[in-house]
Amino acid sequence: MYKIAVIGDRESVLGFKALGLDVQFVDDVAAAKNVLHRLAKEDYAVIYLTEQLAEEMQSDIARYKDNTVPAVILFPGKSGSLGLGMQGVHQSVERAVGADILAKD
Amino acid sequence: MARLAVNPTRMELTNLKKRIKTARRGHKLLKDKRDELMKQFLEIVRENQKLRLKVEESLMRAHASFTVASAVMSPELLEEALLYPKQSVTLDMDFKNIMSVNVPRYQFITKSNDPSEIYPYGFAMTSGELDDALYALSDTLMDMLKLAEIEKSAQLLAQEIEKTRRRVNALEYVMIPQLAETIKYITMKLDENERGNTTRLMKVKDMMLKQAHGY
Repeated sequence: MYKIAVIGDRESVLGFKALGLDVQFVDDVAAAKNVLHRLAKEDYAVIYLTEQLAEEMQSDIARYKDNTVPAVILFPGKSGSLGLGMQGVHQSVERAVGADILAKD
Repeated sequence: MARLAVNPTRMELTNLKKRIKTARRGHKLLKDKRDELMKQFLEIVRENQKLRLKVEESLMRAHASFTVASAVMSPELLEEALLYPKQSVTLDMDFKNIMSVNVPRYQFITKSNDPSEIYPYGFAMTSGELDDALYALSDTLMDMLKLAEIEKSAQLLAQEIEKTRRRVNALEYVMIPQLAETIKYITMKLDENERGNTTRLMKVKDMMLKQAHGY
């Protein structure tokens, strides 16, 4: 049995709490890093993280990219999308194909 | 292309011929694997892109109604309404094998099947916008889980493709030319020895004939 976690600032993730997900409120990037690494060691299969936090901790997220568990997935927080999630998609295309062939659209 | 440092013997030649055969076979197999992985990957990544756009869009809508709700209600009331959820969600995970890459498949397990369980508060003290926000969020949640599944698959496949491509290239541009070069070198060397031997024998024969008959 695995769990789903959501990490983000209070306003962005409060709603997920009501849905029954495991929500972790963090205020700064250092705390988010700690929480991410702690959750990754426990049985969380999916960890959602706001793009606003992810921006400052790319290398910490990259650490879990090649592991099957957990999947760290970015989503836009309260203040809007930074395009980081989409950038991640383009990055994996570039890694596999050698060039970003999705870039045209 | 540099050749391998081996002795030019017949035994080495046999060994190398065996090795180049294996290398060619491996190269062909890996190339097929790479092509198939690529096909699967492109399919997945296109879906990933589409789904991500959709999720981000509907999340922004949910955020918007949430902002309205938090403007209408006091922050204390809002927190009170949401902080103690009735519903709880866990995950069941199994793996699907795509060309020997294990990608996760997620399955939602909700504690209760009643869709209204996502509203953990009484309706007297809360605004209607909050209901909208939660409804939008719970709608998105299914897509978000699907997104997690697909995005993880894309990442894992990308890694595997990168690895396979390196192997294919190493075999194609390093291993196989090197082996071919060495095999050629040994064959040449052995042939040269053979010719040397023949000339020597002819020479010796000439000398012996001269000795025996004196001409």
